[in-house]
Amino acid sequence: MFDYTFHWRSAFKALPDMLAGAWVTLETAALSMLLGTLIALLLTVMRQMQHPLPRHFANTWVSIARNTPSLFQIYILYFGLGSFGLHVSSWVALLAGITFNNAGYLAENFRGGLKAVPDTQMRAARSLGMSAFQAYRMIIIPQLLRIVFYPLSNQMVWAVLMTSLGVIVGLNNDLTGVTQDFNVKTFRTFEYFALAAVLYYLIAKTIVLVARLMAWRLFRY
Amino acid sequence: MFETSLTSNDLLFLLKGAWVTLELTVGAMLIGTLAGVLFGLLRATLPRATLPLAWVLDVFRSVPLLIQFVLFNALKSIAGLDISAFAVGCIVLGVYAASFCTEIVRSGVLAVPANLRRAARSLGMSYWQDLRHIVLPIATRVAFPGWLNLVLSVMKDTALVMWIGIVELLRASQTIVTRIQEPLLVLCIAGLIYYVMSLVVARLGARLEKRWQEND
Repeated sequence: MFDYTFHWRSAFKALPDMLAGAWVTLETAALSMLLGTLIALLLTVMRQMQHPLPRHFANTWVSIARNTPSLFQIYILYFGLGSFGLHVSSWVALLAGITFNNAGYLAENFRGGLKAVPDTQMRAARSLGMSAFQAYRMIIIPQLLRIVFYPLSNQMVWAVLMTSLGVIVGLNNDLTGVTQDFNVKTFRTFEYFALAAVLYYLIAKTIVLVARLMAWRLFRY
Repeated sequence: MFETSLTSNDLLFLLKGAWVTLELTVGAMLIGTLAGVLFGLLRATLPRATLPLAWVLDVFRSVPLLIQFVLFNALKSIAGLDISAFAVGCIVLGVYAASFCTEIVRSGVLAVPANLRRAARSLGMSYWQDLRHIVLPIATRVAFPGWLNLVLSVMKDTALVMWIGIVELLRASQTIVTRIQEPLLVLCIAGLIYYVMSLVVARLGARLEKRWQEND
């Protein structure tokens, strides 16, 4: 039943290329998290507004991001934008798709976190003469980020895992893309993808570890 | 003014794809929930001894699902197992769901106060009676929202099985796009179907949750 010889040597030979791919993956994920967090903060504030237009916009964004597959979101950006004559590269589509997704999920987390920041903080800040923007920037958001730090680091791991979807829209320089390239050339599917899985696992664990160290460094009183 | 070459047959094809998506979700959740409840109970009762189990399940959460599909598919061919791509999809998604479900069940069981269990035992209930009549009903109510979220996320993750060649909703929409070259319209319809399916599951779950809370 088991007449298959594993060829790990060729997979290990590809390791430097795959590590370069892992770096691209990490960069993409970090960039999408950065943009996603900023947009999510914006969405969170928009959802608090009195005016219905920004509120509806933000609510629609969040519900679409949370109720459709992230692969679908990438697809819409990659194939859908083409019908407007807007041809984006697969990396841009991937980045935009993941950012869209991250922003939606993080906005929901931030809403929960915002509830945990006491209202009196805002009122105290305003009565000290801060403008609404200042109060948000210096009082609310620092406390909010502290509360949502754990979900944030979790989302970072998700972002890394989501970058693997880039290969479906033809990205070939991230970790999965590089792996798929080697796979197509050699048909050693199991070896290459097992190596990629190990690398993904290591990346995910490193992120968790770094987040823990950062939390320890940032949030001690 | 508005013309499209999308026919009713194409819509039917999309709905068939949606049905495959639902089947995959149900299959994966069946495997995931059964294994998750078992592992979750084990993790809650013997936290030390089952630590290796937690490590193994953690691997499934830290490796992209796409790669898990490819790996298992390759492993299937290597080992010469004769199972369909659909079964591969179900198994991989099921194991993936189980790794999340274990944590959900574990936290649900741990949320049952220890004093309540002691009270149940001191009333003369056996270990299994305590588990069945006291712990599981309470843990279910605690764990249900998390489980529902898992169902929704598994439903969205079924989109990835297209990579191993199963025609589900997203793949079906892609097939149609290649034929009629109207990506935005077709993808929007597919997105709408996903959206409605998620919404229905979420609504049903919310109703069930409310009904359970009536007697509390």
